Amino acid sequence: MIYTLLVLSGPAGGHGARTAAGFASAALARGHQVNRVFFLDEGTTCGNASAVFPQDETDPLETWAKLAEEHGVELVLCISSALKRGVLDETEANRYEKGPATVHPTFVVSGLGQLIDATASADRLVTFGG
Amino acid sequence: MQNPKRRQLVILRRSPYGSSLARAAVDLSLAMGAFEQDCDLLFLGDGVLQLLDGQSAEAIGSKNLGKMLASLPLYDIESVLVDAAALRSFGLTTADLVLQARLVEPAAMNTLLAGYDHLFSC
Repeated sequence: MIYTLLVLSGPAGGHGARTAAGFASAALARGHQVNRVFFLDEGTTCGNASAVFPQDETDPLETWAKLAEEHGVELVLCISSALKRGVLDETEANRYEKGPATVHPTFVVSGLGQLIDATASADRLVTFGG
Repeated sequence: MQNPKRRQLVILRRSPYGSSLARAAVDLSLAMGAFEQDCDLLFLGDGVLQLLDGQSAEAIGSKNLGKMLASLPLYDIESVLVDAAALRSFGLTTADLVLQARLVEPAAMNTLLAGYDHLFSC
């Protein structure tokens, strides 16, 4: 089965994002596909490379990076949500003269079309958080 | 875009200025229209307030969600559905809304939701 995941909450607010990553891992382990994880609204803070988590806790960024590296899962942040939250890639940081990029290199910043496109070819859309 | 076209429903559940998700859901709805998706909208619970006419969002420095939603017909969004029970609980009728909307009674909700391939609930 092909899944698209929609993540509406960030690592600092509840467990929605963590559950989404867990769901993605479990689905992939059972031979399903995750064609894209789309992060909307507060979910875009998942891609903030500047976030620091306590050393005795799992770093949520590593969990996402592992999913992307090992399984080629696309991680896409909604651009308008990300901009408002200071999660900028190099292009946007330059465009708005906001200093260095803050998005983790595992994530791509793009538009809502990426969610619509992924969902159009998915059997299931599963939403987390919000 | 892939085919066959999926029937999709965006469920707007937040009050218009109480959560940033309200705006995100409106943006998603407009994007659905712009990308010519087969998409309906359901305003559920507090979300019915997004459709209220005469919002003064300028007073809080926000974009007027009611005005954004009023432009939906231009985006070819086929049908706008409203939670009838929520509307009643706020003492509102469809005449108070910026758009023509079809009321959905609680008893019909499950059947309605079951008719879609994908639900975007925000």
